[in-house]
Amino acid sequence: MEPIYWTGLYVFLLACFVGFDTITKVPPILHTPLMSGANAISGVTVLGAIVSAGRGDTNLSTILGFLAVVFATINVVGGYAVTDRMLQMFKKE
Amino acid sequence: MFSDYIDIFYMTAAALFIFGLKYMNHPDTARKGNLLSAGAMLMAILVTLLDHEVVSYGMIVAGLVVGGVAGVVWARIVKMTDMPQMVAIFNGFGGLASWLVAYSEISRLTPNLDHFTTVVLVLALLIGGVTFSGSMVAFAKLQGLVGGAPTLFKGQHLLNAILGVVVLALGAVLLASPGAWPLFVLVGLIALLLGVLLTIPIGGADMPVVISLLNSYSGLAVAMTGLVLSSPVLITVGSLVGAAGLILTKVMCDGMNRSLTNVLFGGFGTEAAEPGEVPVAAEGGEGQPKSATVDEAVAMMKAAKSVIIVPGYGLAAAQAQHAVREMGDLLAKNGTTVKYAIHPVAGRMPGHMNVLLAEANVPYPQLFDMDDINDEFEETDLSIVIGANDVVNPAAKTNPSSPIYGMPVLDVEKSKQVIVLKRSMNPGFAGIENELFLMDNTVMVFGDAKETVNGFVTGLAGK
Repeated sequence: MEPIYWTGLYVFLLACFVGFDTITKVPPILHTPLMSGANAISGVTVLGAIVSAGRGDTNLSTILGFLAVVFATINVVGGYAVTDRMLQMFKKE
Repeated sequence: MFSDYIDIFYMTAAALFIFGLKYMNHPDTARKGNLLSAGAMLMAILVTLLDHEVVSYGMIVAGLVVGGVAGVVWARIVKMTDMPQMVAIFNGFGGLASWLVAYSEISRLTPNLDHFTTVVLVLALLIGGVTFSGSMVAFAKLQGLVGGAPTLFKGQHLLNAILGVVVLALGAVLLASPGAWPLFVLVGLIALLLGVLLTIPIGGADMPVVISLLNSYSGLAVAMTGLVLSSPVLITVGSLVGAAGLILTKVMCDGMNRSLTNVLFGGFGTEAAEPGEVPVAAEGGEGQPKSATVDEAVAMMKAAKSVIIVPGYGLAAAQAQHAVREMGDLLAKNGTTVKYAIHPVAGRMPGHMNVLLAEANVPYPQLFDMDDINDEFEETDLSIVIGANDVVNPAAKTNPSSPIYGMPVLDVEKSKQVIVLKRSMNPGFAGIENELFLMDNTVMVFGDAKETVNGFVTGLAGK
């Protein structure tokens, strides 16, 4: 098996540990912003959409890529913006 | 060349995503964490724009502008009570984007698809499609566009299983004949149908669990794509999202004392709707609840040294958050200790009640999680329950025949006195009787939550 393949699986394994460890430490008070923030991160599919829309290939491929960029960007930008709006409301007094 | 150094930027982005989530461990640093995470995303997008495969920028810039403006506007105008729907629809758009990217690649590559790419594209269509249509059903149920009741029909699970097998079979055919693109269209459509079929049997109140789970799936899908493309940043980011989704799913299931299987396949809410099946509390049903006037309740509040306010979704539904905060401020001015006890499933998603109270300017150090405050009820003079029912029902601890038996609840009945604000004596949403309302130390104040609390505020402010 290709060495790079195994490296990827190791990254996956270690990132899972980091993820569980980090997110378990988020207090319940912040669980809604955590959910919307994680949701924004999952819009990382925008990277694939950008490549699809920018290759300058067949028309259909580019149009589909463009639509994908639009929807993924709403997910990313809207997700971060609404999370920020929530978090700025948490005040000490 | 620049591309030799591109991985340094992706690696930095991955580190920033992790730091961003790490800063979410405290309300003081959470905002910085979210901005770090957003910065990491921006960095990843900019680096991708420099990718050697990207040759034309018109469509990309147009897409980023349209999506960005729509996202910002939407995030600004959404009401905080509508947060579950908002997360659902954004999550759905993420799924739709994956689904569209898959078709973009299919239209570009057909018929030159290798086996590996075919498998990935089928998976992307399946997960993206299910996430999209499932999230849209969740959105519709949460927004009240369709009824929240579970839709069940005979052979539902069998149909889902058959559709799953058909997708696998289509995938196998595509491996053998890469040019058969109409089969990809079929796979994508079946995925959309599956998303709907898997979500309609789940009750409206359980939709946040579904969204959290779908978000976790989309995270794992990102990680899988990362494995395929040997992109460590995608593997890392996908694992983080997957972990967040799974943990929040578990938090919600634990808060309701139900298994994930029960949420997904239980059709919860159907049994409770049938008359005659509603279990009546075995004991404690002696006599009527005592009701109190607003003035009597105010007198109790003025006498109390310590007060715990227990908000439920009924408070948010009545838009009474601001009035409650005013009440809390006046009590604190009188020298009373004021704390808020938040149940994990108070509100419509985990942590939702905290956001709603923070919006009403309640300082977050006054907000306490169930586990942190449950021991304090015993030493508390007065608990004020506003729009909460099942999460304060002692039957969950004492009555094994109760449908909510075993669910973690707030020990409100242990405080010296309890005031319950309720619209009427009708049993709650799940049709379960609540012994707390009949206890000796409990008085009920009937009426609209907002009007009642405003009455309290007037009473507390006047001499």
